[in-house]
Amino acid sequence: MMKKLLTIGAVLAAGASVAAAQMINAAGATFPMPIYQKWFEDYHKAHPSVQINYGGGGSGAGISQLTNGTVDFGASDMPMKDEDIQKMKVKPLHFPTVMGAVVLIYNIPGVSAELKFTPDVIADIFLGKIKKWNDARLAKDNPGVKLPSEEIIPIHRSDGSGTTFVFTDYLSKVSPEWKSRVGANTKVSWPVEGLNGSGNPGVAGFVKQTPNAIGYVELIYAIQSKLAFGLIKNSAGNWVKASLEGVTEAAAGAAKAMPADFRVSITNAPGKNSYPISTFTWLLIPTQFSDAAKGKAITEFLKWMLTAGQGQTAALAYAPLPAAVVAKEQKQIAQIKY
Amino acid sequence: MNRLMRRKIINGVMLTLTGIFTALTVSSLFVILGYLIFNGGKSLDWNFFTKLPLAPGEEGGGMANAIVGSAEIVGMAALIGIPVGFLAGVYLAEYDDKAFAAVVRYVADLLNGVPSIVIGIVAWTLVVVPLKQFSAVAGAIALSIMLIPIVTRQTEQFLREVPTPLREAALALGAHKWKVIATVVVPAGSKGVITGMILGVARISGETAPLLFTAFNNQFWNGGLGQPTASLPVQIYLRATSPYDDWHRQAWAAGLVLIGLVLVANIATRLVLARGTSVPRG
Amino acid sequence: MATAVQVRRQSRWFDQAGDNIARLITVMFAAAIVLAAVLIVHVLWTDSAPARHALGWRFLFSSDWDPVTEKFGGLPFIFGTVLTSILALAISVPLGLGSAIFLSELAPPRISNALTFLIELLAAIPSVIYGLLAIFTLVPLMRTTVEPFLKSTLGFLPVFQGLAYGVGVLTAGVILAVMTFPFIISVSRESLLAVPREQREAALALGATKWEMTWDVVVPYARLGILGSIFLGLARALGETMAVTMVIGNSAAIHASLFAPGHTIAAVIANEFTEATGDVYRSVLIELGLVLFCLTIILNGLARLMILATTGKGAKR
Repeated sequence: MMKKLLTIGAVLAAGASVAAAQMINAAGATFPMPIYQKWFEDYHKAHPSVQINYGGGGSGAGISQLTNGTVDFGASDMPMKDEDIQKMKVKPLHFPTVMGAVVLIYNIPGVSAELKFTPDVIADIFLGKIKKWNDARLAKDNPGVKLPSEEIIPIHRSDGSGTTFVFTDYLSKVSPEWKSRVGANTKVSWPVEGLNGSGNPGVAGFVKQTPNAIGYVELIYAIQSKLAFGLIKNSAGNWVKASLEGVTEAAAGAAKAMPADFRVSITNAPGKNSYPISTFTWLLIPTQFSDAAKGKAITEFLKWMLTAGQGQTAALAYAPLPAAVVAKEQKQIAQIKY
Repeated sequence: MNRLMRRKIINGVMLTLTGIFTALTVSSLFVILGYLIFNGGKSLDWNFFTKLPLAPGEEGGGMANAIVGSAEIVGMAALIGIPVGFLAGVYLAEYDDKAFAAVVRYVADLLNGVPSIVIGIVAWTLVVVPLKQFSAVAGAIALSIMLIPIVTRQTEQFLREVPTPLREAALALGAHKWKVIATVVVPAGSKGVITGMILGVARISGETAPLLFTAFNNQFWNGGLGQPTASLPVQIYLRATSPYDDWHRQAWAAGLVLIGLVLVANIATRLVLARGTSVPRG
Repeated sequence: MATAVQVRRQSRWFDQAGDNIARLITVMFAAAIVLAAVLIVHVLWTDSAPARHALGWRFLFSSDWDPVTEKFGGLPFIFGTVLTSILALAISVPLGLGSAIFLSELAPPRISNALTFLIELLAAIPSVIYGLLAIFTLVPLMRTTVEPFLKSTLGFLPVFQGLAYGVGVLTAGVILAVMTFPFIISVSRESLLAVPREQREAALALGATKWEMTWDVVVPYARLGILGSIFLGLARALGETMAVTMVIGNSAAIHASLFAPGHTIAAVIANEFTEATGDVYRSVLIELGLVLFCLTIILNGLARLMILATTGKGAKR
């Protein structure tokens, strides 16, 4: 009996000693999850006493849990709306971390070619006007590709998703019918039923397992799941495949004219080779930390993210922040009080 | 064809059909085990037990923190649930005041049937919200609520089966009731009571839903019982629904480990007892 | 002698105190169970209050689910929960009852016990492992073989029309059926075994075939217990979370086709609880949890009564 108590006490003490390390909990967007997990892993190796645990869950979950106070900071691909910021006891600051691309992944048995999609075709697929893969408009843009006469199965997000917001934001800009019928948000009423996956991984998972499916995910998920993704015609009329360069070019205009609160959309940006469905993604950091050690640790991480962290993004196909934006963010760090 | 022959044919067909149905239902168990052993077996390696999860695309990750996390959460749940369940079972078997005992018994059986996701909601409200934190403790409390009715019912059942003459003999020797219970009844029924505890613990160790928003998840070593904690069932869920082949393999491996523990517990206790059922009745 | 009397008096006091303490402790812990149940009901009731006050009874009958614009209708989830459970029973009751009949009437006792033991192991398999298997083995099977087959043979029925995704309501029903096998088989078998021998012998004496004896005499005699087993299985199926959410497609809409994706109460809570912003959204999910709680409590209560009625009386064979 005594021995059992001692061992239990020892285990608890061990747990507590690990807990003496700085434990920080975060949740939110799955769009940047791969680079965030890499960052938190590497930061922990460099600073063993700091452990940042990222729970994913989608931008909606990140905002919700930050509002509830069950996480220390959140992450979202959709900038918070004014009315949602009002609901929070401690106002959050938006810190852009990387830029990424939303790509159209598809799984058509027998087709390994890269398909070309024009903006109106994409909108009409998700509006339900284009029902089959061998539709005349798709065939016109993809001569030489044998598209089957199968129904297109769209895969959406079941959770509140910043990726959904970026995609529907783009569709609202290129299709007036989409803008009036559906609009742009983290969750929308999709005109065509389809299947719903949880998080970027869930959507990629469904597309991978469902023949004739089409979905929208961040670029790195398409690469890592070995799924084909298409080229999109941008506003300058060029066919662009999602890439670091295309995303950087899309952000060029915003980099010069970045608003003070960093809330900006770069979908359908001008530029010869800019990728049309690009976006910043943000960390939502409270302006006030009651736990001074936590606030300090998070601030130190932000400084690392803006310098050393930016060098790791390219390996995971995320575009690093433009220098002008980094400089502005480093000034914003001073607004965090602890 | 006269009526008798028709009746005989129907007889033969229907009885054969029942045999086929039985074969189908029993074989479903073997199909499940077969897939788990085949797919899990080829994915199980030393890394699985010793390494932390890695980002997708990086080979060699494991679920060491989930295994430890599950052990922590289930262990805490057992610490809470087993004493409560055991003592409540003792009350129902030994004291059994008519009305109150009937209420307790009925409520315990109802508690047994509450969906685990609902218990997760309750644990979230009672533990996560006030502490403003996902934690292993919250998960343990949720699981202990599920463990208590199982242990209560099993304890009561096996203590009741201790023969009355045994009790009467002890009382006749002048022992007081509490001594009779502690030194005669409980040791006599201990085999069944302990198997009940083992079965209960095996049952809760596979539960996922209550942990989804209590213990949540953690990619690192769990930082203490008041922090979000990884667990095997949640990891299986997250990996199975991901698009990465490497993660799928790990999900199979974890599934094999989990089912191995659960089945070993069930089979061992059943062999020890040589009777009794593991299907909760209501 | 005075010392011995003193010792005897002390030990008697100690034992008497021990009795009181033992009784007190066990009563307290027994009461704790009741307390826990009351707590659960209290939490569900108060935390669903914002939803109940804001939406009223309409919530249960509206199928308009759009959390972003604050439109909440609970019908798709209630429908999906009930539909998948009924599908599960439609598959598992014939198979389960048939197996129970075989195990109680035809199989020799040792084989019957061994097979029943194996079937009861199915109840010990965690839900998430059923889901794991379903995703990688059942879903492709449904998509490539079963659903196209149903479409080609029974496609004139609206329930078997539409795209065969693989994930969907039908697949969820199938995996739930496997999960309810052990409940139906185990309890039905016991109810059948509890039917008195005289009933069987009387039927056979009147010239019945074995099947006629079983189906026309034994099964009706045990029908209360069998019904109880069905209620048990139903209660389990209603509350299932992980296996269902992994294969149902998580779509909050009502369709005529069984091939289409759907949603259940347990699945929507599991998916959306952590991201529910605003008091009403979360309390809507909790209200759904309350509905599920009430359903399972009622079913389990009825099941217990029925099973008690059958296996409590009558002699085992």
